[in-house]
Amino acid sequence: MDAIRCVIVGVGGQGNLLASRLLGEAAVSAGVDVVVSEIHGMAQRGGVVESTVVLGDITSPIVSDGEADILVGFEPLETLRTLKKCSPDTTIITNTAPLPPFTVAIGQGEYPPVDMILEKLKDKVKEVMAFDGNKLAEKSGNPLSLNMVMLGALIGSGKIPISADLMKKTIEQETKRVFLESNLKAFNLGFNAVKG
Amino acid sequence: MHRLLIDEPGRVMLLLGNEAIARGAIEAGLAFATCYPGTPSSEIPLQFFNISKETDLYFEYSTNEKVALEVAAGAAISGLRTMVAMKHVGLNVAADPFMTLAYTGVQGGMVIVSADDPYLFSSQNEQDNRFYARMASVPMLEPTSCQEMKDMTIYAFDLSEELQIPVLLRTTTRLNHIRGPVRLGDIKERKTKSHFNKNPFHYVCVPAVSRNLHRLLLEKYEKAQRLSESSPYNEIIGSGSWGIVTNGVSFNYVKDALKDLGIDNRVKILKLGFSWPMPEKLIGEFLNGLEKVLVVEELEGIVENDLKAIAQEGGINIPIKGKGVGRLGRLYEYDPRMVREAIAEYFNVSYEFSKIVDLSDLPQLPQRPPNLCAGCPHRATYYAIKKVYGEDTIYPTDIGCYTLGLLPPLKMGDLVICMGSSVSTSCGFSKATDQKVVSFIGDSTFFHSGITGLIDAVHNNHRFTLVILDKGTTAMTGHQPHPGVDTEPLGVKRTRISIEQVVRGCGVKDVHVVHPFNVKKTIEAVKASYEYDGLSVIISQEYCPLFAKAIGKARKARPFQVDHNRCKNHRVCVDQFACPAMYVEEGKVYIDKNLCIGCSVCAQICPERAIVPAKD
Repeated sequence: MDAIRCVIVGVGGQGNLLASRLLGEAAVSAGVDVVVSEIHGMAQRGGVVESTVVLGDITSPIVSDGEADILVGFEPLETLRTLKKCSPDTTIITNTAPLPPFTVAIGQGEYPPVDMILEKLKDKVKEVMAFDGNKLAEKSGNPLSLNMVMLGALIGSGKIPISADLMKKTIEQETKRVFLESNLKAFNLGFNAVKG
Repeated sequence: MHRLLIDEPGRVMLLLGNEAIARGAIEAGLAFATCYPGTPSSEIPLQFFNISKETDLYFEYSTNEKVALEVAAGAAISGLRTMVAMKHVGLNVAADPFMTLAYTGVQGGMVIVSADDPYLFSSQNEQDNRFYARMASVPMLEPTSCQEMKDMTIYAFDLSEELQIPVLLRTTTRLNHIRGPVRLGDIKERKTKSHFNKNPFHYVCVPAVSRNLHRLLLEKYEKAQRLSESSPYNEIIGSGSWGIVTNGVSFNYVKDALKDLGIDNRVKILKLGFSWPMPEKLIGEFLNGLEKVLVVEELEGIVENDLKAIAQEGGINIPIKGKGVGRLGRLYEYDPRMVREAIAEYFNVSYEFSKIVDLSDLPQLPQRPPNLCAGCPHRATYYAIKKVYGEDTIYPTDIGCYTLGLLPPLKMGDLVICMGSSVSTSCGFSKATDQKVVSFIGDSTFFHSGITGLIDAVHNNHRFTLVILDKGTTAMTGHQPHPGVDTEPLGVKRTRISIEQVVRGCGVKDVHVVHPFNVKKTIEAVKASYEYDGLSVIISQEYCPLFAKAIGKARKARPFQVDHNRCKNHRVCVDQFACPAMYVEEGKVYIDKNLCIGCSVCAQICPERAIVPAKD
């Protein structure tokens, strides 16, 4: 299988690392070669959290600038900040609900308008799938299930050789029982948001 | 049952690199493990901590890395299989026992994990610990994947026992924190008790003994080198007239790059897994007949220099280069594109690199640095200290979450060098200047290496204020216990040591214990320290809110909200306190009720008393 390089970016607390781990678990179940890379420690204290999932005939665990096949952004500003990982051929899947950094609250810099962010993204790469993931997470009954929404969208995009059924089975096995219903609902909402 | 105890040889599991190392140790019959936690190694001991609760594996969080290594040394010299995991700078702390433990050697296999941190994801420097293997003459193994992290750990134990010497397993952050498929093997039974056979003329390192031990070490070194020559982990892959020598995570970049560049049939790779002692004969054979060689190694050009020496000795006169080719340098991590570019340039291969999107027309984006959490007690302590001591005071700080206090608007942090340096550097600052000095140290760091500095301060009559930030856990690395922690909620029984008693026992006369969420009382205590002519210690006690939540002791308080009828937009809350639960929208301050933990500090400092408990 040709290599697929996927970068997932979000803010500490959005559950981006769980999403990348689940993707890795599903790949192992599917017999697809996979390496997931994460950053732990200091980076998680409300900062930017970036993880990568590389699939197929490749073992380099990180993705260089300009070499992501897919960029999944849990937060629009962070999607834009991670644009350097993209080439014009990259597919971007992004949440449009902003989570302004505290630097904005204390007057260091301004949060760019989301419309402008989306315009820039669309201007740079061939394909952008954008939707309000927070709204879908809320609709699922658990606002913290944004990571499942984004995972659903990634699978829904059809860019990854992992089926929705397998991904849902992985979610069933690997996430907490109490959140299972909302997680699966969130996954489906994300899946349908880009399916088309 | 802990997932790393699953006894199903052949099963493939997705494991974090650090889990793979822990699993390897379990498969090798590990009996005894110690550590002081440090990113990127922390998840290795975390596995042992949990496994020790359900098996007879002994594990302890030791006071610091030196202690951890010495505790393990006692067990290893008695004959048990031991592992000590630490971050790269931890080995500096443990360097004293490490260097001489190489002389005495061990009976049971001892594997020391050194987790280096190229790019400094969470460290104060990016030193290259491959030098330690060379300095101590101990073997070093360097895995390249999750599978190898498991397999090499087992190999390391066997090697250590065969040579009767500790073995260094060196990883880098990128390896510690990848997840990949790992095929499980058999779990060897662990031997948890042994008998120490006295041999003072081997183990008591007085000069006469150590002169012999050094000779013995060099004999072991020579034997290690013979083993390195034939080790399966020193592997020549492929054939061709171009050569690449590589190690660790870079091996993956090289392998993928050769495929991308379409030259995998023209390049011979030497993968150095058993990287010290160097397999000199194997390297000589590898070099023979090559036109030119590229060395791809992160950080220092160690292998490159060794290779040049080996080539010179063997009369091989071909270009050998590494540092300086393309973007390959001594700084930070490498990445696939960087390595591909360097290989293409060095061997003059054409390749069309993908275009990086044009970023020149992007606006300046607001930064999102890591930050103290909403409701973090450190912010409250910093606020009180700053109110009293102001901007001109020197604020040496230390290593932990609280280092983030250096960011504006708090700006509480003027110097960090290493664990414990806050206390001792304060002694120097207070003598060398007439400025006030207030230093900060976390509870775990205080036990790790703050106490000796404090004794120095008392003994030498230094004048400053030390603030010990006691949040009941080692927060930064993932809530490990330390000697001052109540360990009951963590499911283990350990004796708790009172920080206050330690401080008083060191001879400090002016001691204040404060609860930083009580702003008025905290400020009163800080003022008292300001007036005191001598050494003051303020112990600021409040749980890390994340830890409190994890052990079911979260505050049962309502979140707060801003009463916009009363708010006059002084913005003390945002401009001076800057809790990330606050945000400004259309000129008004709001509090995110999902983030606010109800610590009430902002309500106490608001000049208009406009911050009030939220209504349901």
